[in-house]
This record gives sequence, structure tokens and C-alpha cells, in this order.
Amino acid sequence: MNILTAPIIVAVLSAILATIIVIIDGIVNNYGEVTININGKKDLKVKGGSKLLTTLSEQKIFIPSACGGRGSCGMCKVKVISDVGPILPTEAPLLSKEEISKNIRLSCQIKIKSDIKIEIPEELFSVKKYKGKIVSIKDVTHDIKEVRIELPEEIEFKAGQYAQLIIPPYDKIKESVQRAYSIASKPSEKNIVEFLIRLVPKGIATTYVHTKLKENQNIDLIGPFGDFYVRETNADMICVAGGSGMAPIKSIIYDMYEKNIKDRNIWYFFGARSLKDLFYLEELRKIEKELPNFHFIPALSEPSPEDNWKGEVGLITDVLNKYLKENQNHKEGYLCGSPGMINACVNVMTKNGIKQEEIYYDNFA
Amino acid sequence: MIPNINPFILFFAAIFTSNILLANFLGMCSFISVSKDEKSSNGLGIAVTFVMTITTTINWFVYKYILVPFKLEYLKYIVFIIVIAAIVQILEMLIERVSINLYMALGIFLPLITVNCAILGVALFMQLRNYSLIQTIFYGTGSGLGWWLAIVLLSSIRKKVDKAPVPPALKGPGITLITIGFMAMAFIGFSGMLNVQ
Repeated sequence: MNILTAPIIVAVLSAILATIIVIIDGIVNNYGEVTININGKKDLKVKGGSKLLTTLSEQKIFIPSACGGRGSCGMCKVKVISDVGPILPTEAPLLSKEEISKNIRLSCQIKIKSDIKIEIPEELFSVKKYKGKIVSIKDVTHDIKEVRIELPEEIEFKAGQYAQLIIPPYDKIKESVQRAYSIASKPSEKNIVEFLIRLVPKGIATTYVHTKLKENQNIDLIGPFGDFYVRETNADMICVAGGSGMAPIKSIIYDMYEKNIKDRNIWYFFGARSLKDLFYLEELRKIEKELPNFHFIPALSEPSPEDNWKGEVGLITDVLNKYLKENQNHKEGYLCGSPGMINACVNVMTKNGIKQEEIYYDNFA
Repeated sequence: MIPNINPFILFFAAIFTSNILLANFLGMCSFISVSKDEKSSNGLGIAVTFVMTITTTINWFVYKYILVPFKLEYLKYIVFIIVIAAIVQILEMLIERVSINLYMALGIFLPLITVNCAILGVALFMQLRNYSLIQTIFYGTGSGLGWWLAIVLLSSIRKKVDKAPVPPALKGPGITLITIGFMAMAFIGFSGMLNVQ
């Protein structure tokens, strides 16, 4: 009997305190019904007291957020027109001075307490949550998997955009997480999205995809997001991507191939260390033959002797520099990869006369 | 046995002669990290005083009417901490509703009060020294005010020190710890007036 007294007393005391907290929370955090006005057009009646990001997602409006609302990725930026209080310490490091002056806030950090007016890009209205099913998982290199997911309904996206995979809790990971991956499939395949996912050591999502995910399994995703897509100009497109950065570029090239676009030059520089890091070579070379304005330039920085490599050798930035110097047409840059690679390529491009504002990239740091 | 001390003397002693920070060295981490500016120091000082007064009083009741009758005195550490955590949570909700500016000024330090050892320390001293309810309330409030006084003093001193030509190796935490040492020595001067244990 005595053994039970201590746990019971602690449990009862904790229960009483928890009840008091719940009651006070109910009274203090009751902000009643509030209205969210979006872009001056749409009014949403919601229950006040929660974060803007979660409230909007409950209303089926999905703001991109790679960290799922923990205030660490800084992607869920929203323009808030009404006063919601000063910038929070959790927001400050992720907002630039210019953004602060334009009333940009992190939607995962601000709480809705009264009627609020916000502005979000119109295309976010087409963002949906999909219940996908894995149709195939294939190894394309030793550390990159091609994952194809079938969707129950059609998805509309522009080649180059990305979606967020929702990784359920597994092993020691107790909460579900969201991670952004570029869509590698063509926009015309409306019931399929394909991703190229490279295994990141100790990465929560990539480890799950590489070790747990099996064919026929269900997985949820939210999308499409992003402003990385082909701009409608006549400039030569200079695409640079290595490894899993191939994904959006592949989508863009396959889309242009399908649409048989012949009046625009497309250069694709694919950087890798050795032959084992290259993939989709045959497919891309086949497109190169059929689409005369498409030029595919794979380059190896450290080819091993057994690779018997006859193509370009050297860092992708050096190869890029060489080709940019030869060709003086009006050019636009499309980059996908690590921040280091992007910075290096932007440098080379701007030095060769491509304007900074005409270089587009998705930076998944 | 309840010690025979006038609650007002206890109150005075808690602020000056047995200052929880400068005589007992409890609650140092938030003391050093928040004392960079006066505004947050004041905010945290108010919050600590408030939490200390309330939790010490509640813990007095919990100890006397729950732990002692059931002979569960050994559970005081866990029970006191549960009470402190709950009160801080409630306080956080109230401050957010009432004054968003204070809430913002306190930032992450408000939830951190939960693990501020000064709060637990005062509750444990109150129990150890067998204070009566009135003595407990005065002691809790006094300790809170003492903590508040110390952090505000330190933030003011740091403001001066920041502009002083401090050797580079001592900048930041180094000179702050030295400053705290001097402050503690200065507060020892008060102990000549009265000494309450």
C-alpha cells in the first residue's frame, strides 16, 4: 500500500495542476472567432489563439515550410498588413531588414488574436495535400534513389517547382517532419510525382526514404511550391546541377522536350566526381540527339582510370566558364544544388555577363 | 520548530544579507545571460519575484498538508519542481495575454525560470528552516526582490563595463564573473547588520 502512496500523490497533484493549466488556457487563450482576410479578396472565419501557419493549413491553405513550423527554416514568410505586434526574437534572425520594412513575418511564429489581413502569392491557393502511394523506388547511383509516387488526384505544377514530403515518425524520431524535394517528373504526368533523393548521413527524411520506404506504401505530400521555373524569354538557358540537384532540371528538360521547344538553346552542365555519380546519361543523350538545341555537358572532377572517361574533366565551374566565354548570346542561369556550388556558379555566371537577377535557383541548404 | 524571526527582518535579510544570488549563488545562468540590458533584466526580475512568491507559498501548503501527513517528505524535490513548472506555464499564458511587450522582452527566459535553481532553492530553504506561512511569504518575496535588485545592478554595471577598456581576453563572461565577485563582496558588507539563517 505504501508503495502506491507516493506515485498516487504525485499523479493526483500533477493532474490537479494540469487541469488548472487547461482551464486557464481555455480562458486566457480564448480569442473567439476571428477573420483572416487574404489578399483583400477572401475572408476566412477561424478560431483565434493558434499560429497563423497551422490555422491556414487547417483551412487547406499551405504555406511552404520545410521545418514544419518550428521557426528554423524561415520559409513560411507571409506579408501581414494588420498590426500583430513587434517582430519576435524567434523571427528576427530569419528576416532581412528589407523584409521587416515590408511587414513580412514568419507565419509559424505569429499568433492570431484578432482580425488579421495578410497577402500571399495567388499560386499558394493551388497547393494541396496529397495522399500518395509509392509506385517505384530505384537506385540511380550508390546514394541517390528515384522515388515515384502515384497521386489519387491530378497535380498542377510548373517544371522546376518542389513539394514537401511528410515523413511519419519512425524509430527514434517521435514527430513527423516535412522536407522539401524538387519534383523530377514532367508536369504532363499529372498523377505522378517523382523525386531524386540523395542519402544525407543522419538525415531524418533521407534515411527514412532510403531504409524504410517500400513500394506500395502510402506517403503524404504537400505542394507544389517555389518560384524556380523556366521564364518565358528567348535567352539561352544555362542549367547547372549535380547529384540530386538534377531533379528540377530533369523536369524542365523533359517538359521542353515534350513540348518540342526548338527556338531556345538549353545547355545542361552536370557536375560529378566520377562515373559512378553520373546518372540518366543515356536518356539525356537521347534527348540531345532528338532536340538539336539541347546541349548536354557532363563533367567529372576526379574520373578514375577505369571510368575511361572521354568527356569534360574538371570542376563544373571551370567547364562552365569555358563554355560561357565561347558563347555570347543572351543567357539565363538555372541552378540547383548545394549553397557552395550555387555561389560558385553565380560568381562564374555574373563574371561572364549574366545578370544576377536572371540567375534562378532553389537553395536547399 | 518555527524560528522566532520577525517576518519584516526576514524580508530585509532576504534582499540584502542573504541575497539568493550574491550570498547563495543560485540562479546564476539567467543572471549572467539576461543582464546584458536593463529592460529584460527588469522584466525577468519582476517575473522571478512573482514566481518565487507564489511558488514558495504554494509549496509551503503542498509540503505541510500533503507531503508531511503522507510521510512523503523525500518527494519534495520532484513535487516542488512540478508546482514551479505549472505556475511558470500559467504565468507565461497570462503575461502573453496581458502584456505582449513584457512577454517579448522576456523571450525564452520566461520558460527558463522553471529551471532557475534560485526558485527551487528558496522553496527548499523555506522548508529546511521550517518557516511559518507568513515568514515564507515574506522570505519568498524578499528573495525575489533581492534577485531582481542584483540583476538590475549587474546590468547597470555591465553597461559601464562595456565601454571600459577591458583586456580582450576578459571581455564578455570573464569580466562579468569578476564583476559578480566584487558585487558579492560588497553584499557581504550588509551581513554585519543582521544574519538570518
